[in-house]
Amino acid sequence: MKSLMLSEEILMQVEKPARYIGNEVNAVMKDKKDIRVRFAMCFPDVYEIGMSHLGIQIIYDMLNSFEDVWCERVYSPWVDLDAIMRKENIPLFALESQDPIKEFDFLGITIQYEMCYTNILQVLDLAGIPLLAKDRSDEDPIVIGGGPCTYNPEPICDFFDLFYIGEGETQYRNLISLYEECKEKGESRAAFLRKAASIPGMYVPSLYEVSYKEDGTILERKPLFPDMPSKIVKELVSDVSDTYYPAAPVVPFIKVTQDRVVLEIQRGCIRGCRFCQAGQLYRPVRERDVDFLKDYAMKMLANTGHEEISLSSLSSSDYSKLPELIDFLIEECNKRKINISLPSLRIDAFSLDVMNKVQDVKKSSLTFAPEAGSQRLRDVINKGLTEEVILQGAKLAFEGGWTRVKLYFMLGLPFETEEDIRGIAELSNKIAALFYETVPKEKRNGKVQIVASTSFFIPKPFTPFQWAPQCRKEEFLEKAYMTRTSISQQLNQKSIKYNWHEADASVMEGIFARGDRRLNQVILKAYEKGCFYDAWSEYYKNDLWFESFEECGIDPDFYTVRERSDDEIFPWDFLDCGVSKSFLLKEWHRAQEETVTPNCRMQCQGCGAARFQTGVCYEKRA
Amino acid sequence: MKVRIKFSKEGPIKFIGHLDVMRYFQKAIRRADIDIAYTTGFSPHQIMSFASPLSVGHESIGEYFDVELHSIVSEEDMKNRLNSVMVEGIQILDVAVLDDKEGNAMASVSACDYLVSFSDKVMLPEDWKDRLYAFYQQESIPVIKKTKKGEKELNLKEGIYRMEIRDEQVYMLLDAGSGSNIKPGFVLETFFDSLAIELPAFPFRIKRIDTYKRNEENRLVPLIARA
Repeated sequence: MKSLMLSEEILMQVEKPARYIGNEVNAVMKDKKDIRVRFAMCFPDVYEIGMSHLGIQIIYDMLNSFEDVWCERVYSPWVDLDAIMRKENIPLFALESQDPIKEFDFLGITIQYEMCYTNILQVLDLAGIPLLAKDRSDEDPIVIGGGPCTYNPEPICDFFDLFYIGEGETQYRNLISLYEECKEKGESRAAFLRKAASIPGMYVPSLYEVSYKEDGTILERKPLFPDMPSKIVKELVSDVSDTYYPAAPVVPFIKVTQDRVVLEIQRGCIRGCRFCQAGQLYRPVRERDVDFLKDYAMKMLANTGHEEISLSSLSSSDYSKLPELIDFLIEECNKRKINISLPSLRIDAFSLDVMNKVQDVKKSSLTFAPEAGSQRLRDVINKGLTEEVILQGAKLAFEGGWTRVKLYFMLGLPFETEEDIRGIAELSNKIAALFYETVPKEKRNGKVQIVASTSFFIPKPFTPFQWAPQCRKEEFLEKAYMTRTSISQQLNQKSIKYNWHEADASVMEGIFARGDRRLNQVILKAYEKGCFYDAWSEYYKNDLWFESFEECGIDPDFYTVRERSDDEIFPWDFLDCGVSKSFLLKEWHRAQEETVTPNCRMQCQGCGAARFQTGVCYEKRA
Repeated sequence: MKVRIKFSKEGPIKFIGHLDVMRYFQKAIRRADIDIAYTTGFSPHQIMSFASPLSVGHESIGEYFDVELHSIVSEEDMKNRLNSVMVEGIQILDVAVLDDKEGNAMASVSACDYLVSFSDKVMLPEDWKDRLYAFYQQESIPVIKKTKKGEKELNLKEGIYRMEIRDEQVYMLLDAGSGSNIKPGFVLETFFDSLAIELPAFPFRIKRIDTYKRNEENRLVPLIARA
């Protein structure tokens, strides 16, 4: 039996020791003698969050399918263990072998949200790897970042040797083979990185230079060597039905956030909501073959023993073979007493019928995401959901026995007025009223429960709203109070519950989202002052963050509330996600004109993603 | 039909708590394609009952749970199938189809035996073995046991069925009936208390050897009692 990095005394002291012992079902063990490259794959948050992430499971499975590679997992130690490791000088280790991360060839970090940036530093620090890439030696692992936040990697570019831009399935083989070649020849870290920069999708930040104008915006950015690409195009899987997918994902011992088989039915989204970053980054939409999905569903259930399966995509209702897939799953899962969970379904007769079959109506709630309170603002954000459709769906649902409705909205969207905010209250009220109209008194089982939640809108790179100013904290809160007041004035206010998010973290997320290279020093300073686990409200320390900005002489407002001109060079403009900047700008102008843009299946808008020559761009349109 | 399964839990897996071990076996039974019975209702779950929860950090070579099955190929086949889907540290030791009149695992438990060793940090007096025998040979060992309802005075001696020293370890057979369950750590803490020796944190390594029920002659036999 392998020995653990942590002593028995430590494991008995910390919360949930199972986070640190590895040995889960389907965890991959290899013999160090048989492999040439050791890869540590990290999600910089606590185990239960990291283990719920599909992307890591895909890459883990793929890398371990390479005979010469052993990929292991590592997560952020929770605050209790973090303190012990620092005090007792215990190095951060990988779960499978329990070996120090420092001994690995690669440390891959997936960056899923901005508020994990300080946890990246925690991981490097505990591993004993210099925080700044420029201070690393040939003995240190190559630190590579991936995931959605790498579409603006600049705020954290000093901490990474390399970023992988785009979908992970395509270039790791080439990258690792290049590494092996360099290692064999005894070449330096710098030489490897220089060569890696020529592999499609690879961004080596140290090989680029940025200069700024007097107003703080970017003047120019250029590669240090003439043979380097000035634009880096994202990597993309052309055939999503002939690629890596984990037939036997790792099954954690403890309950994690996503404790089920996850079947990714398609990548991308046809909708083009103007606030949504994922909707642009993953274009074009590519559906997986329904037989591929049926096959994997059965294999994954058999190999994990999970009691639930969930479909994953940005908009499951848009998957063309959905009825066939769901019929199959209902039949097979009923036999095996397996639950089906169906997030992100548009509420209509079909989805209600399906939900009726797979859920307990009494216990479940319906979810609508109108995102904005008025039709005018929904047109601005290109959310093609009308009040009529929402009310129709709700009516059907109430007739079917549902009594709980969740509504999701955003506050602080561009061009929002007080009337739009009142619209949130009015729409909630209309839905409540509809319940009392639809369901006769004798059939009512108590009150209808409407839960309206708002989050604060944060403009993200590669969206039409990347030009939009973000609200100040005070504006955000004012809008939340206004929403609350309007709801309390509604006739059915007793049936409506209102939740809103904290504003401090939203402001900070906005700073990072559209940040530039100058933020590296701020993030480093905040970490040194004790910031980490910023995504956990109980550990988020707003004061320390603002202190850090001040000490670095950087104005946070520059990144959020400022108006941006149409021709500003953004820190992320050197990356190419397929969607052109001119398309995004056109969409930004159409938003101002309150003009809706049809989705990809209705009519091609020429966004630029067709150059990948796959997916919806090459489907026949009706 | 009711089937009883005996398993071991050794090594790093001892840090997995009782509820997670139950979840682990629910998934393992699916992976092994065992024809288990489910409760009826909207969220059916496997009919499964565990004998005696093991504390986090303890090892065992005598854990049990019962399942209700629709069918079984053979005891041996079920044991092999389960063993083919286990993780390192958990092994299926035995599978037995039960008599209809057999009580469920949890209600049947009367006793457990343990082997305990001391961490290096425990300050053992040179004559600790003699002293432990003397402790055990007292007629009565009055202790205060903390329960959910408050404190209760009891005679610890009644719950210790056997105590021996085996090499440098302590063997104990203890009452494990519901309501009268005695934990091995508690016995040794009481002993060190009587010597006025202060214990460090996590002083003991504890391994459960087996779990026992009473047979018709009121004798203690393992939960799967093979002739």
